[in-house]
Amino acid sequence: MTEISSHLNRFGGVYLLPVAIAALAFALIGVPSTWVTLTVAGLAMGMMIFLMASGLSLIFGLMDVLNFGHSAFVSFGAFIAASTLAALAGWVAGDSAILNIAALLLAVAAATAFGAAAGWFFERVIVKPVYKDHLRQILITIGALIVAEQLLLAIWGGAPVAVPRPKVLEGSLIIGDVAIEIYRIFAFLLGLAVYVAMHFALNRTRIGLLIRAGVENREMVEALGFRIDRLFIGVFMAGSALAAMGGAMWAGYQGLITPALGGELMILVFIVVIIGGLGSIEGSLLGAILVGLLANYVAFLFPKLSLASNMLLMMIILLWRPFGLKPAIKG
Amino acid sequence: MSDQSITSPSAIPDTRRRVPAGRLIVYAVALAIALCLAFAPFLFPDVRAQEVAARICVFIVLVASYDLLIGYTGIVSFAHTMFFGLGAYGTAMMLKAWGPGFDAIMIGGGLGVAAALVLAVLIGLLSLRVKAIFFAMVTLAAASVMMVLANQLSDFTGGEDGFTYQVPRLFSPAFKLVTDADGKVLRLFDVPLNGKIAAYYFVFLGCLVLFLAMMRIVASPMGTVLQAVRENELRAEAIGYRVVSYRTAIFCISAVIAALAGVLRAVWLKYVGPEVVLSFAIMIDILLMVVIGGMGTLVGALIGVVLMSLAQFYLKDVMEIAAEATAGVPLLPDLLNPDRWLLWLGLLFILLVYFFPAGIAGTLMKKGHHR
Repeated sequence: MTEISSHLNRFGGVYLLPVAIAALAFALIGVPSTWVTLTVAGLAMGMMIFLMASGLSLIFGLMDVLNFGHSAFVSFGAFIAASTLAALAGWVAGDSAILNIAALLLAVAAATAFGAAAGWFFERVIVKPVYKDHLRQILITIGALIVAEQLLLAIWGGAPVAVPRPKVLEGSLIIGDVAIEIYRIFAFLLGLAVYVAMHFALNRTRIGLLIRAGVENREMVEALGFRIDRLFIGVFMAGSALAAMGGAMWAGYQGLITPALGGELMILVFIVVIIGGLGSIEGSLLGAILVGLLANYVAFLFPKLSLASNMLLMMIILLWRPFGLKPAIKG
Repeated sequence: MSDQSITSPSAIPDTRRRVPAGRLIVYAVALAIALCLAFAPFLFPDVRAQEVAARICVFIVLVASYDLLIGYTGIVSFAHTMFFGLGAYGTAMMLKAWGPGFDAIMIGGGLGVAAALVLAVLIGLLSLRVKAIFFAMVTLAAASVMMVLANQLSDFTGGEDGFTYQVPRLFSPAFKLVTDADGKVLRLFDVPLNGKIAAYYFVFLGCLVLFLAMMRIVASPMGTVLQAVRENELRAEAIGYRVVSYRTAIFCISAVIAALAGVLRAVWLKYVGPEVVLSFAIMIDILLMVVIGGMGTLVGALIGVVLMSLAQFYLKDVMEIAAEATAGVPLLPDLLNPDRWLLWLGLLFILLVYFFPAGIAGTLMKKGHHR
């Protein structure tokens, strides 16, 4: 038994889980082309959820703050991206690939910038007065969520908003009998790029070192003379910006967004963070990929179970590892 | 409802000492509310007011049971509507399947409460060992899955539309509760004593019993241990109380009470659907009510529920007028639109958590209290 587990660990340990699920799904689905389409969809969805979850997880790991208002950044990001794309309709619909991509990048950038600014405001005004008081933190971020959702309704109204998708990213890539939506590839690549950037920033830079040290032991970092509150605000802004970026990508992916989207995604994000373990980027990525893959496979195989499947996954993983698969902090 | 609380030993530890004025005000208000609810069918005879009164009764129980968790023990759960919904759906589905009858209410309600208890035990044992924040996330996920299930299993639950059903004849408006010599419905203070009155008092008395039971729990040694857990978990553990067991126990008790409140709601409403018993909006309502009324004071539940319910009905009217008055200004009319009343309540909620974390009842009770 120990021999098997040591072998498993050498080949990646818990990182093998998505592979195992993909293999199991392959056996159940039986049609390779369908399986590839579903897997790509799952990976793309996972990457977008990863964008939203990583910020939440990092904020929690460093600051011990669980922001229930995180989904507000996601929704605002989605709607700002939609408005930007609508404003740049000429670029989006044009034939020039460069302008197409520029419009999308601009939309994502606008959402991200807004996320960072809103994160700054949120940290200063909402969260700062209630550090180290979990009960009031939960209450106050819920209050902020209510206000943000109502503002969203007041500004954009309750009706679904159509999101124009850039022309280059429309349609699918066809390899053999496998059709892959181009947007999904784009979403996956963007997510991967963000992950690599975060991994690099956390592991190879001085600020990353400080953040990791802060996650592990905040008092010690403070005692060594570093201004941890500045670090806090930076991480909070980055986390919120990532959430808004994820929301913007999600808006383009869905094509039609409603103000309820933040709340719906939030459940997935929470499940991802719980599965992955609070405070770790790797855990968030793993959890997000698992949830994305499972959601797509189950939606195909047993359509009625789709959300319950993620819940089930969470229950099983919690029973196996009460603190998640890759927790950065214990307890 | 709280007329008992004045004489209960826990409310006033030592009757010889001068009772703080704030505490008196809170109890007087609570007593007034309880009396209003007790005679609601005679004081406010119109149909809409009766609906509001019955809703207030059920929500007082629901909010007070939530207060057992958040105020007394310091557990934040978002699954409270899930338990409420289980009780309501259990009763409703059985009433639909077996037809109107008290056996259906008993069995269906019993099954709903049992399901709530089992789920509470599972969730509690699974995740009450870990941090409060973790627990909040797990319950949120569980509640949303229950919501999805209720929406999708439309063969049993009626999906998003919910379903209607019949309740026992005793509770139907056509039933003659008390008849005069001519066989007509007897009128007391001009109010016909029909089945609607019976239904209201069924709900009211059920809520009263549940509320008093909660007062008893809070006053018991267990209630004291729970507060110790809230104040200092490690210390409570060190003294020898098993924190996880106590947490799980109160989580289960609160779930059962919420499910029973759901049974009462289902009997009154003759309809269940995700919007009225299961939605996240109700969870938000409960949270607002607990915090506005005052966490850690059961009496606060009365004040919170009544204020919120009145706000839901009258704040909209005020905002309607304000929106019309500011019609020329950009964006302001949108913000003052009656549909946006939650925006202002949300702001109020944030300010309350900042400045009066004890809520109305808690803050008042501290006034004039000599430490």
